[in-house]
Amino acid sequence: MQKRTLLNGQKFQITIKRLCHQLIENHTDFTNTVLIGIQPRGTYFADRVHQELSEILKTKSIKKGNLDITFFRDDFRRKDGLVTASSNTIDFIIEGKQVILIDDVLWTGRTIRAAMDALLAYGRPEKVELMVLIDRRFSRHLPIEPNYIGQQVDCVDSQKVKVSWKENEGEDKVILLSEPSTPK
Amino acid sequence: MAAEKLSTRHLLGIKDINLNDIELIFETADNFKDVINRPIKKVPSLRDITIANIFFENSTRTKLSFELAEKRLSADVVNFAASSSSVSKGETLIDTVNNILAMKVDMVVMRHPYAGAGVFLSKHIKAQIVNAGDGAHEHPTQALLDAYSIRQKLGDVRGKKVVIVGDILHSRVAISNILCLQMLGAEVMVCGPTTLIPKHIASLGVKVEHDLKKALNWCDVANMLRIQLERQDIKYFPSQREYAMMYGLNKQILDNLDKEIVVMHPGPINRGVEITSDVADSKQSIILEQVENGVAVRMAVLYLLASQND
Repeated sequence: MQKRTLLNGQKFQITIKRLCHQLIENHTDFTNTVLIGIQPRGTYFADRVHQELSEILKTKSIKKGNLDITFFRDDFRRKDGLVTASSNTIDFIIEGKQVILIDDVLWTGRTIRAAMDALLAYGRPEKVELMVLIDRRFSRHLPIEPNYIGQQVDCVDSQKVKVSWKENEGEDKVILLSEPSTPK
Repeated sequence: MAAEKLSTRHLLGIKDINLNDIELIFETADNFKDVINRPIKKVPSLRDITIANIFFENSTRTKLSFELAEKRLSADVVNFAASSSSVSKGETLIDTVNNILAMKVDMVVMRHPYAGAGVFLSKHIKAQIVNAGDGAHEHPTQALLDAYSIRQKLGDVRGKKVVIVGDILHSRVAISNILCLQMLGAEVMVCGPTTLIPKHIASLGVKVEHDLKKALNWCDVANMLRIQLERQDIKYFPSQREYAMMYGLNKQILDNLDKEIVVMHPGPINRGVEITSDVADSKQSIILEQVENGVAVRMAVLYLLASQND
């Protein structure tokens, strides 16, 4: 397995800071905007963005929730194994709010499609935007594009993008994993 | 974290599943409990599945609960009640079910008056079977939702003392409950008149007690079963009034205990017989929580079974 680091150290922090400032540009003080992290791995990103925004804006009132999409997936019964569900924690009203959906990696777009369905079960938001740390571009199965992008990468299907967070793996970094090419 | 999939294709009885399965069902039920408390109580998981509810015996709660669970998972549902069908014209069980399956049904939820009907069916047809009660044998989803309700109320089932009171002899709920609670690490006692306690029940590792007060003083949870008059071919006790005096749970008995116990009932309640109204409606009773949890637990069972389609 070959590894290539896409993002780490200071650049990682700068990327998150930049995304937060982009959010502030569009949503000013977040009175009508909520952050929703997609379970399981988008929640780390959402937590970090929430923390950073709270520091920049010096407020504790930005709302953040976690959304689980397991029961809305379109590959149930089409894929081996079961994906165990995670918890939903959305203790505020979505109706009429501007929602920022947050996930670590955007690939086919199917997760986001499911997330939009799952989100609508909580009410009708005024607007939904998408923020991702890594955008694997040119690989979408559905017409879905992010509004805020940490970094874009071009890679093939056999490669994997892995995002690690200080909170769960001890270090903030993004690596690209690829199988070494076998000589014919 | 529990295992990633169930060890079985059908849910025929608690006897056929293991601790991992139960934990997986409970964890999944937690998620579904969250779903059914949302403004929109429906998820699309089973939208390509058709489920037949085949009830050869009367049922209100179980049938409604299964039907709601199926609909909240977006499955297509067909209902069948034996009383209004060709069974009364002499059709056999396999013929009835095969005909229903010919209409492309993926899963069958069945209640039947004979023990083992679910097992028999699972050997002869391709669809997945969920046992919703077979004779005096098993009623696995009821046992799961009872244990789930205890877990929710007391935090854990392990180490808790549960007494099952009443008509143990004719009860499928009792057998499934005993097996399920023991697997989860609870101590189980049965209590009732000698005539309604099966002779060899102690071989399941349960305590037997004939004095209701002693039983209640021992337990953390009392599960009061209904006297199944419709199954009693002979007289097992002199009168309902006498049964109510000896084994009925009333407010006075409950208040005289040295501790606060949890009161459960699988329904339907015969108010004034096994339990009085003031107890059934008291804050110690979790009867309505059991009904609410029933839908979440059944959603979990159907979802997990459907996920191992092969």
